[in-house]
Amino acid sequence: MLAESLALTAALFTIGVIGVLIHRNAIIIFMCVELMLTAVNLTFVAFSRFYGTAGQVFVVFVMTVSAAEAAVGLAIIIAIFRHRETVNLKDINLLRG
Amino acid sequence: MLVQAVVDVTSGSHPLSGTIASLVWLLPVLPLAGFVINGLLSLNSARLGPADPNTPDHHPHSEGATEAPLISHSEEAGAVGDDHHAVKRHRWATVTSIVGPGVLILSFGLALAIWQAMVGVNMEAPFIQRYFSWMPVGDLKIDAAIQLDQLSMVMILVITGVGALIHIFSVGYMQDDPGYPRYFSYLNLFIFFMLVLVLGANYPVLFVGWEGVGLCSYLLIGFWFNDKANADAGKKAFIVNRIGDFGFLVAMFMLFANIGVLDFIGVNAKAVELGAGSGLVTAICLFMFLGCTGKSAQIPLYIWLPDAMAGPTPVSALIHAATMVTAGVYLIARSAALFSMSPVASLTVAVVGALTAIFAATIGLKQWDIKKVLAYSTISQLGYMFVGVGVGAYVSGMFHLVTHAFFKALLFLGSGSVIHAMHRAYHSTHNNDDAQDMRNMGGLRKYLPITWILMWIATLAISGIPPFAGFFSKDEILGQVFARAQGSTLSTATWLGIPGSTLLFAIYAIGLAAALLTAIYMTRMMLYTFHGPNRTGGAEESHLHEAPWVMTGPLVVLGILTVFGGWLNLPKVITDIIPLGPSEVMTRWLEPVVGHATAQVSGGAAEIPAANEQILMGVAVLIAVAGIVFAIARLKPATLVRKRDAAPEEGFERVVANKYYVDEGVERVVITPTYAISKNFLWRFIDNGLIDGVLVNGSAAVARGFGYIGSRLQTGNVGIYAWVLVVGVVALLGAFTMR
Repeated sequence: MLAESLALTAALFTIGVIGVLIHRNAIIIFMCVELMLTAVNLTFVAFSRFYGTAGQVFVVFVMTVSAAEAAVGLAIIIAIFRHRETVNLKDINLLRG
Repeated sequence: MLVQAVVDVTSGSHPLSGTIASLVWLLPVLPLAGFVINGLLSLNSARLGPADPNTPDHHPHSEGATEAPLISHSEEAGAVGDDHHAVKRHRWATVTSIVGPGVLILSFGLALAIWQAMVGVNMEAPFIQRYFSWMPVGDLKIDAAIQLDQLSMVMILVITGVGALIHIFSVGYMQDDPGYPRYFSYLNLFIFFMLVLVLGANYPVLFVGWEGVGLCSYLLIGFWFNDKANADAGKKAFIVNRIGDFGFLVAMFMLFANIGVLDFIGVNAKAVELGAGSGLVTAICLFMFLGCTGKSAQIPLYIWLPDAMAGPTPVSALIHAATMVTAGVYLIARSAALFSMSPVASLTVAVVGALTAIFAATIGLKQWDIKKVLAYSTISQLGYMFVGVGVGAYVSGMFHLVTHAFFKALLFLGSGSVIHAMHRAYHSTHNNDDAQDMRNMGGLRKYLPITWILMWIATLAISGIPPFAGFFSKDEILGQVFARAQGSTLSTATWLGIPGSTLLFAIYAIGLAAALLTAIYMTRMMLYTFHGPNRTGGAEESHLHEAPWVMTGPLVVLGILTVFGGWLNLPKVITDIIPLGPSEVMTRWLEPVVGHATAQVSGGAAEIPAANEQILMGVAVLIAVAGIVFAIARLKPATLVRKRDAAPEEGFERVVANKYYVDEGVERVVITPTYAISKNFLWRFIDNGLIDGVLVNGSAAVARGFGYIGSRLQTGNVGIYAWVLVVGVVALLGAFTMR
């Protein structure tokens, strides 16, 4: 039972990672990051089924943090779009050294 | 002062404790107080920048009116010879005239009282006062301590006595100098350091005095620093002395490294541990002697002393003739325990002394500057002293030191009196000829009768004519060399393959030859200065006159000392024939300090028979008389022409007159290569290339390079960052799982 759960979460996480790596659109990348967080949450839940409830407490924390992160991240993306009329990360390289 | 309580505890058992000798600290402190007072007076009126015309000192109507013509007057006279009489007397001149010589007279009085106390008690061990622990570092324990014994007492009496006379003379000689308080503050400071030098109870304290007198010498040589030549002469003296001080320091390090003590009592007690005749003790002695060659102007480091004549003449008398330059002789006498164990080092000292004596004497033959003659004469006489201490006749060396202080101070002050008169004469007629050149003098006997008589006494003394002081001391040195040549640890040793006995006979012969030359050049100086026709010029003649009593008084006292100085140590062979007084006073006085070392060198050899000694004396006197007669017969003052009309010397005479081109040789061999190496290698490659290029700019370039590489990693593309992050995570996970 645990093995199947972990396989599912690993698959979800990998999809999220690949999405982050191959996409150029900031919104999609953002959604992939959320997918990775969800995969981690699922892992916690799966473990808590066998090793006690501590994992479920973590899930609450992760959801709180990801909500805050979603608010801040979307605000930044909107601000960038207003400024440069694009959310393509290829065109946003202000941190170039 | 604050530590008197400690002092009385530590020296409670000595026979001198509780007597006036416990005030020995006051000896150097008195001149130090004089230095502070005169220095403050000097600062008080020093102008630190352009003068403000509105200050009360410079009323345009009162003093300004008298000052202005005086300034132009002095500028016209220019750099005439020795002293530059410029503006009005210094504001605090009267106070300085009292304080400056006053502290010295007090010091001398105290020295006499302490000496009386010492005569009264039977002291074998030195009287030591510890004030505080100066350098307690690990095994190194150095106290700030004063040591009073018979040897330092001799030096103290000479320093304060002759010093006081020269201070009094300076009151007259320097009275019109604008730097009058500064002059006396330096002179007082010099006496302070000189007393520290001779009173120090260990080598480091002695070294403090040693460096201090070097500093004062520098300050006083360059006293008239407005003239670049004078400032350069001061620097030359200072730098040449540093070379010698390096040797002294190395000797101290070696002493500490090998026997772990640096105080004189400890060194004397532990010297045997170094091993008599060992290479170690020879090395220590030779390094110490290197210090002596610098301070006491011996070959090869003598070159600074003739240039040191750029200072005021009383300074030449005090520092560069009577006291400071004899510090090397004192150091060797003080280290007699070490030198007596190393025949090789002792012979080196004697050889260098003898060579210096004859070398400087030949240069003295052809000098025209009256002070340069005396400077080379000083170098030559110092050579005699080193011959004395070199052959282990430490008493003879010290005896010659004392008599030389008398007659050479007299000669220098006498020349000061001559220069004073010459300068005044040239000053009042606005003549800017050289006031120190003997070709411009001549026939001064008529105008300076007191100076004339006294300088003849000193000339006879330095030439070695009995019964003047120089005869006894010089003869004693030569006699001791002769005696050592016949049987001592030195005569059996070899020096660079030469048997010591042969070497000592050669030194004796050189000493006699130098004595002959001494008689010739001193008589030459007297003839050209005081005899024959006057060459100063008609207008100047009426201005020539004897110096005031404040200057001639000290001359008379020194003259008396020059006549009777020999009584300090009359040889037994003479007192046996003529009952002049007690014989060998100084030998017995210094017996507790250097007696053991002297006996070790002489090896208990039998004294030479009295008849032989009398023959030696007769030979010495004959040679001196021959020199004087030869000079009088050969030299014709009447044929001399004034300096500006004189033709340059030819042939070998020119070589001698130019001091064998030693200064030029040093310039070419040492100074020019040093400049060239510094400029072309040290500056261009080491400083510009290595330090600036590689180390300073190089480290900056490396940092910048790494920064450039780091900045290339920051592309600003988030996708690449994500890739790098994932690759890193996968790599780490892989590394952990593979493990």
